Amino acid sequence: MTTPTPTTDGPTPGLRRVGLYATLVALALIFLVPLVWMVITSLKTYTAAQQIPPSWLPNPLAGYGYEQILNNSANPVLRWFLNSMVAATLHSALVLVTASMAAYSLARLKFRGRGVTFALIVGTLFIPPTSLIIPNFLIVDQLNWIDTLAVVVVPGAASAFGVFFLRQFFLSLPNELEEAATLDGANQWQIFYKVVLPLSRPALATLAVLSFLTNWNDFLWPIFVLFSPEKLTLPPGLGLLQGSYVTDYPVIMAGAVLASLPVLILFVLAQRHIIQGVSRSGLKG
Amino acid sequence: MADVIEVGAARGDAPPPAAKAARRAASAGRTGRATPYLFLAPYLVLFGVFGLLPIILGLWLSVHQWDFQLPNRPFVGLDNYKQLFSSDSAVYGDWWQSIRATAIFTVLSVPLLVVVPLGLALLLNRSFPGRTFFRAIYFAPYVLGVAVIGLLWRFLLDANLGLVNRLLGVVGLPSDTPWVTNMPWAWISLVGVTVWWTSGFNAVIYLAGLQDISPELYEAARMDGANAWQRFRNVTLPGLRPVLLFVITTTVLASANMFGQSFLITQGTPGTETRTVVWFIVEEGLRNNNAGRAAAMSIVFALLLAVVSIANFRLFRYKED
Repeated sequence: MTTPTPTTDGPTPGLRRVGLYATLVALALIFLVPLVWMVITSLKTYTAAQQIPPSWLPNPLAGYGYEQILNNSANPVLRWFLNSMVAATLHSALVLVTASMAAYSLARLKFRGRGVTFALIVGTLFIPPTSLIIPNFLIVDQLNWIDTLAVVVVPGAASAFGVFFLRQFFLSLPNELEEAATLDGANQWQIFYKVVLPLSRPALATLAVLSFLTNWNDFLWPIFVLFSPEKLTLPPGLGLLQGSYVTDYPVIMAGAVLASLPVLILFVLAQRHIIQGVSRSGLKG
Repeated sequence: MADVIEVGAARGDAPPPAAKAARRAASAGRTGRATPYLFLAPYLVLFGVFGLLPIILGLWLSVHQWDFQLPNRPFVGLDNYKQLFSSDSAVYGDWWQSIRATAIFTVLSVPLLVVVPLGLALLLNRSFPGRTFFRAIYFAPYVLGVAVIGLLWRFLLDANLGLVNRLLGVVGLPSDTPWVTNMPWAWISLVGVTVWWTSGFNAVIYLAGLQDISPELYEAARMDGANAWQRFRNVTLPGLRPVLLFVITTTVLASANMFGQSFLITQGTPGTETRTVVWFIVEEGLRNNNAGRAAAMSIVFALLLAVVSIANFRLFRYKED
């Protein structure tokens, strides 16, 4: 990713470079201004946000929006935040453990039924997950998981993406290390744990981050399987917040800022992992 | 677990070529016959319950009249399917309305989501200081969830209090457009927001594809006197064909599965004109308790998408020859 292919003629002349940067900055503004506006509005008072036309800067600078979402028993935003944090972390851990073990088996071990198993798993990548929502609702209902933490942690981990993604990575590892470990008397569990997993840290980190993001952002599933205000994760919670505050935008935007911060921070810290995960996997998560 | 591993220790494979035999014997000595299945087991439990079972259950549901609140769930054969295709059924109008909404959104959004990210990727596929920084900024909206971008854009597109009309007013354009409540603005808004939200994602995929095209090909084209457009047409596009097929297929599927944007931004308005298939299915199945009919809709919808994907594939495969 660090060796771009030059597509222009020779070294870029100065004027051309100015044009390039002007375009880049203009585009950057389109992507950034809405996010900046979210933060600005979250710092306004109710009256300031109701002005037509809206003022450019929060004057006076107000903590009103944040006070509302932090001290509101009908909309326990902080609780949703914690629920989302716990759910996304557990989900990510569950995906890592189950997908890495399965992918190791499919990539490195020989056994009867391997081809069929892999084909079955990959085959489900072609079924739109939305078309399984109704039967999956019935299943979690039978398990008595409706309105519990498990319902937003576990079912999503059945996705074939993690297995597919890690299998590709494991296949690319050299055989020699495993053979050496085998000669040293290691069994498959030890090879997996002490040789393959440490070598796969970048891929595991990428999968962990992508799984966390997917779960943190999931909206369609939780709005139908979580009901009690204290059980919600942030995305369905934000929907509830919009319903209660309608056009009280400082409060709604404060909620949106709170839901954005962890993933934006994660993106800044793990940018390389996220972008490489997206571009290398060749499959949408 | 150690004893399980020993169980299959004496595996007797058909004799492979001599050189491999020793190696395989060594590894077979350490690998129980059950080991591969034990590694697979935790995932396969999840996959079985939430990946395969719902497929079978969905088929089964679709031939029953299934109401969560009623004790009797009689077998109704293909009735649930027939209702979707007979114009005198109660569900017919709303169902086809949702198909229409989904088709409109897909047809409007896919070309932009294929072309705009390609432009971004071409822009970023040069060496200049700050390249990684700009790539990150263009990608940033994608890491936010649909709940956040839905709430945000509902606000930005608010006819009176929104930033979009405010900015249009500043440059002297009409500043009272009802972006989320009237046609054709509602579609323009939903498509625009989706392009803003997910272009960075496709751009990153294109970038990876562009970097796999050999620089020698550009060199050779330049030697032959090809100009920038000719190089794009004869080197870049053919080199990107597999990536392009991937981007188009996944983008069609993503657009056809759109839900959150219209649920939060236009809230289905005007009327139910922007209520998509996915929305209608979950509403019918989980709000109106018609799980059987909703399951039939899911299956018809999945088949429809499969046909579109295959058509896509054929179209691009054909062109390759």
